[in-house]
Amino acid sequence: MKAVISVIGKDQVGILAMVATECAKENINILDVSQTIVDGIFTMTMMVDIDRMDKSLDVFGDHITSMGKERDLIIRVMHEDIFNSMHQI
Amino acid sequence: MRNNEILQTIRMIDEEYLDIRTITMGISLLDCIDPDIQVSCQKVEEKICRLAKDLVSVGNEIEKTYGIPVVNKRISVTPIAFLVAANQGASPVPYALTLEKCAQKLGVDFIGGYSALVQKGYAHGDKELIESIPEALAKTQHVCASVNLGSTKAGINMDAVAQMGHIIKECSRMTKDDNCLGAAKLVVFCNAPEDNPFMAGAFHGVGEADCVINVGVSGPGVVRAALAKADKTMAMDEVADLIKRTAFKITRMGQLVGTVASQKLGVPFGIVDLSLAPTPAVGDSVAHILEEIGLEQCGAYGTTACLAMLNDAVKKGGVMATGHVGGLSGAFIPVSEDAGMIDAALAGTLSLEKLEAMTAVCSVGLDMIVIPGDVSESVISGIIADEAAIGMVNSKTTAVRLIPAIGKEVGEILDFGGLLGSGPVMPVRQTDNAVMIQRGGRIPAPLQALKN
Repeated sequence: MKAVISVIGKDQVGILAMVATECAKENINILDVSQTIVDGIFTMTMMVDIDRMDKSLDVFGDHITSMGKERDLIIRVMHEDIFNSMHQI
Repeated sequence: MRNNEILQTIRMIDEEYLDIRTITMGISLLDCIDPDIQVSCQKVEEKICRLAKDLVSVGNEIEKTYGIPVVNKRISVTPIAFLVAANQGASPVPYALTLEKCAQKLGVDFIGGYSALVQKGYAHGDKELIESIPEALAKTQHVCASVNLGSTKAGINMDAVAQMGHIIKECSRMTKDDNCLGAAKLVVFCNAPEDNPFMAGAFHGVGEADCVINVGVSGPGVVRAALAKADKTMAMDEVADLIKRTAFKITRMGQLVGTVASQKLGVPFGIVDLSLAPTPAVGDSVAHILEEIGLEQCGAYGTTACLAMLNDAVKKGGVMATGHVGGLSGAFIPVSEDAGMIDAALAGTLSLEKLEAMTAVCSVGLDMIVIPGDVSESVISGIIADEAAIGMVNSKTTAVRLIPAIGKEVGEILDFGGLLGSGPVMPVRQTDNAVMIQRGGRIPAPLQALKN
């Protein structure tokens, strides 16, 4: 199973490192990362493998969302099926 | 998976109010019928609480896992009039109290099905149930009632039309200290769908399985945003195509959530209701979609044409996205629940007559319209009869949910709060029609009924 971690917010040092560290802590494998910075706004989408993760997806989602809030970032974890169902026939 | 697709989905949820409006569990109560109303109520409570015990937690879990808000979790049940039929004259209000108890225990947002189907006449239990609706709605917070009094196949039950004028007024009177909320939880139908997940009209039809999951999607904001980005010179067929593509995406999400919910709850998946259901939030309005097409304000000439196109495009786009389409499926035009409709009504651009015309081409009817408290019962019945006639002849669902604002006059505001929103009291022509309404009887089914 895969999930998408998305981060939107003001660019700052250490965003990618923070997300990657949290993923590593929970045994989440990062498969793909894409990021852009337009007018100082950082946008990142990260595809991750959650098959071997230690916690449940919603617990991890809550945790990383609150970590994002502390840094004024909107971080979301969403199961990949929502994107697949919406954009693929 | 492309990056821009991921960001598009997130934008739809974040900025354009895309949500799953409701996961509604339909539960048959036919096996709870008992001559002793106390026993029957116990069976009802046991069955609902057993089948729906995980409904709210599963809804919340889906919300977390997929990142899509599931705004309401609801229950619809077999029309309670079927249960009342066995009780021989006892007041049906204990059923409403039982449903309320279940709603509170389970934490669901609404429970619908305090209903009667009387399109061709009253059976045992129907009259008692209808007469008890004002008391039942005044004594409960989460229970919704509906009455189907017409259909293309059966014609219109004019006795019920006359009675409902009185009942709607009574619902308002009994809840006048609570913004007349009773009337907002009661809807009168012609051609009521039996698998509708939306309130106040949800009930679980007798032809349905014992327990099913129905899903109602929403997303006026997404359609509006898509149109806002489009060129203003775009031809109408291209506009329709854009709406179709957007509706497809919205509905796919409904299909996903319904499939997952049904797996997690171990209950068959019924239908997706592909509706554009507005909320009072700015940016989540069906009226604003119509305005985005090129009307200064909803209610301008051209509104009905735009709505007809919108309603059709939503269905065409949605139908391929889901295995089973059902419920009301189309665009909703509830005045108090739609920021653009509220503005248009306040400005006087949107009249009751225009709304009536719009109901001929959209998925429901005169919905959440606040009228002066002194409008007579027979005028309310007349509005119901006209609306039912539109539904009967056009083989479509029409509904009437009017809220007589007791003690308020045209221009004043009734504020319900939450998803029900707030609405200005709209002017109603009060020309006398009492003789017509008092005739009673039935309007025969139209030729359209003879399809065999």
